[in-house]
Amino acid sequence: MRRRRVQWWSALWLAAVWMLLWGDISVANALVGLVVGALVTLTLRMAPMDFHGKVRPLGLLRLLTRFAVDLVRGSFEVAMIALRFGYQPQGAVIGVRLRSHSDLYLTLTAELCTLVPGSVVIDAHRLTGTLYLHVLDVSHSGGLEAARQHVLDQEERVLRALASDAELAEAGLTEAKQGVGS
Amino acid sequence: MMTTLGTVADVVAAVCFLSGSFLAFAAGLGALRFPDLAARMHAGTKPQTLGLILVLIGLGLRLRSGGAVWALVLVAIFAMLTAPVAAHLVGRAGHRTGRMPAESLVVDELAHDTRMANDDADDEQR
Repeated sequence: MRRRRVQWWSALWLAAVWMLLWGDISVANALVGLVVGALVTLTLRMAPMDFHGKVRPLGLLRLLTRFAVDLVRGSFEVAMIALRFGYQPQGAVIGVRLRSHSDLYLTLTAELCTLVPGSVVIDAHRLTGTLYLHVLDVSHSGGLEAARQHVLDQEERVLRALASDAELAEAGLTEAKQGVGS
Repeated sequence: MMTTLGTVADVVAAVCFLSGSFLAFAAGLGALRFPDLAARMHAGTKPQTLGLILVLIGLGLRLRSGGAVWALVLVAIFAMLTAPVAAHLVGRAGHRTGRMPAESLVVDELAHDTRMANDDADDEQR
């Protein structure tokens, strides 16, 4: 458990941050970044991320484009509600039980749900894989069930982008593409 | 050629600046106006993040020089990574200390589930 190993993905990420901070993309800078990243991950160890999935480019592309669209939509929806004077949004806290049991997908779904329309994560229950989200305006989101479905769709997109076949099957999502859109 | 391209970039940058500051303004207004803590967190995460990203895009289009633009990319990535986490922590602390009054919520399944869990724990103790 306490074995000192370089966590290569973290080191790569740190090297990328290093290069962006320097604003200089060159081989020398990349090498220095990798050395610094390796040193940092060796000395300041993080809990290893357990990732058994595989990256699916198409799923990832769909996740990212949908996220970009949702971010814009969510921002303008909240902005519009803020500008409608005299209108008080009716909020709710809902619990959504996710289908996968992985910390990584739970975290990703939670992060993405906070930035897209309608929801902010309030609490997460790791053992049962339940997310508790605050819905800003229930009627605007099309009711509680629609908000719940929204979170599940988000999770499905995350799984289809990153999960392995076994994890997909475990979550009850078959390989065949189902309608994800809402 | 260079100047037309430059003009286009400037116009796009201006649009980004204006819409970005509009969103940041709306976020501030929402934070002032919304009824409870959780609703305010919505204003603090969505329009605020996109507003910041738009301003950064505008800045990148205006600067148009390598070094600084990469730092802007970094700022955007970290804003998107950290805003939800901050909102989560504030929301969680707010919920646990009763800063989300039941009357401002249509349903509160978290309070319901917590009550159920506490009842179970009480039963086990008996």
